[in-house]
Amino acid sequence: MRYSAITNQNRKLSVAGLKPANRGETMVDVDGASADRADGDALLEARDVSLAFGGVRALSQVSFQVKRGELFSIIGPNGAGKTSMVNCISGRYSPTEGRIRFKGRDITRLRPSARAELGLGRTFQNLALFGHMSVLDNIMVGRHNILKNNFVTGPLYWLGGAQKEELEHRREIEEIIDFLEIQHVRRAVAGTLPYGLRKRVELARAVALKPDLMLLDEPMAGMNLEEKEDMARFVIDLNEEWGMTVIMIEHDMGVVMDISHRVMVLDFGKKIAEGQPEEVMAHPRVRRAYLGEEDDDDLASGEEEAA
Amino acid sequence: MAGAMMRPCGDFRTSYRADTTIFADAFSRNSVIAGVGLLILSPWVLDAYWMNLFIQIGYLGIAALGLNILVGFTGQISIGHAVFFGFGAFASPFINEQTGIPVLLCIPLAGLMTAAVGLLFGVPAARIKGLYLAIATLAAQFILEDFFARASWFTGGVAGAMTNPISIAGYDLYEDWQFFYIVLGFVVIMYLAAANMMRTRDGRAFIAVRDHYLSAEIMGVNLTKYRVMSFGVSSFYAGVGGALYAHYLGFVSIEAFNILFSIQFLGMIIIGGLGSVMGSLMGTAFMVFLPEAMDALARMVEGGWLDRALNLQSSINNLREMAIGAAIILFLIFEPDGLAHRWRQIKAYWKLYPFSY
Repeated sequence: MRYSAITNQNRKLSVAGLKPANRGETMVDVDGASADRADGDALLEARDVSLAFGGVRALSQVSFQVKRGELFSIIGPNGAGKTSMVNCISGRYSPTEGRIRFKGRDITRLRPSARAELGLGRTFQNLALFGHMSVLDNIMVGRHNILKNNFVTGPLYWLGGAQKEELEHRREIEEIIDFLEIQHVRRAVAGTLPYGLRKRVELARAVALKPDLMLLDEPMAGMNLEEKEDMARFVIDLNEEWGMTVIMIEHDMGVVMDISHRVMVLDFGKKIAEGQPEEVMAHPRVRRAYLGEEDDDDLASGEEEAA
Repeated sequence: MAGAMMRPCGDFRTSYRADTTIFADAFSRNSVIAGVGLLILSPWVLDAYWMNLFIQIGYLGIAALGLNILVGFTGQISIGHAVFFGFGAFASPFINEQTGIPVLLCIPLAGLMTAAVGLLFGVPAARIKGLYLAIATLAAQFILEDFFARASWFTGGVAGAMTNPISIAGYDLYEDWQFFYIVLGFVVIMYLAAANMMRTRDGRAFIAVRDHYLSAEIMGVNLTKYRVMSFGVSSFYAGVGGALYAHYLGFVSIEAFNILFSIQFLGMIIIGGLGSVMGSLMGTAFMVFLPEAMDALARMVEGGWLDRALNLQSSINNLREMAIGAAIILFLIFEPDGLAHRWRQIKAYWKLYPFSY
């Protein structure tokens, strides 16, 4: 307790923007205002997004930008508002304040299905597959907005060209299946698959949307090391080979540090840091958010030992 | 439908076309075609009694399929299906009387008209689901039933509506076996259409809405549209079934379409298997044959040693009603997934027959 006064003072210093000099320039400290905001090619922009459920403020005044081609991670302790943020982007929740722009268009009040049409795909933290459908059909649902056949041409199947269209898309779907290595379960009923495979099928379904921006809500939760490595590889491939911009929520710091281009940290609904992974990791407020107030002095001594 | 299907050794699919067929394998497709072929030949062998039963299965089966699309595939409960069936039954002779369009064309037109009404009563589904939606469809049941009684310009009021028989090239089809072919044609077309729908975009969207509506929406499925549209499609089927019923009987009474009839439709699809196209037909057949079978049983018992021992006399008819109820209850306990599921298991059994361990 004796030391806490001092560390508090340190915090105030950093809050005021008087940080040690080893911070990179890309680092944007929230409190240090928006230094490099508003450059042109932002694919997604959240501006002062707040979300309240009655008296509970899940998000307060969160602003960030994701550039085209980026692999952007959102991290933070449990209940920090990460999933709420993603839900605001994908349209599950609509923010109480603030705007969200996607491809330069304000999507704050757009219904989720229309956002999918614009090129927003996502996976869920808790599995959300269509349990009674086959894996193939699950993935084909992702094609909903790309397919043209409807309730008249679909039932006519052979006459209205629906068959041709379905088969063409089936071929493309197989490429996604190959990519995610789920060939062996493509006919299985989704609800019967083991957890790791379901996660992959869910990713495949989102990929089938051909999204420009992919939102991944804890793609590696509950996986073993091998599955995690596979999934990390898939995420990198999506980003680099398929050219998707990715926003990922993930708790495994190793993965986040290894594959993200930029990281944003949320705590109690507030953004506390954003920047390159290693910079964010070194940020004192991030450390405090993860390790707690009381451990500051232990942390400091630990660092000295390490150094 | 899709599933972890077992295929005979060596049955490989070399094209996506071959991999997206309605039937799992050539054998089941050929069996169904052979079944339809047998039905085409059946009027030569079976008498009017059987034709009557087959026709009933036909028009009820089409309506039941409609309800299955709504309840089994989209996951929305409806306890007012009979009034849509009834609306079709009144709409077809109405269109026929007013415009003089041939009856055979009036039947699909009545379907479309019923679909429009179904869309109207499906609008609440955009906002509510589950038990609350059930109550909303109950409202449809009572509103339309009342409408039938009051709108005598449409239904003929208490007197009911007289209908013209189907006529082809100036030749009226009065005989049961003639009408049987018409119904068979409609059944084949409507069931094929439903099976096709379920393997294309909008059918998948229905199932997606049922299985996980939140992620369906994220995948780009417009929930409101598909929830309401499901009512429209379902009512279309009900309307076509009802129109066939009207032109078969020649007379439609406003009292036929009560809530009991609606519940019977639900019984058909639950027994047949929710979310199964063929199950709808199996369930309907079951519900049509069961009372007949019970009747036959009652006649057999009548005057026999069991009748004398238990002194049944007139209560034998009550026994029949109870037996129907018991059969349905037993069905739900021992076969909750419906006849379609049992049928799949039987097929799997025969596929593995000599080595079924």
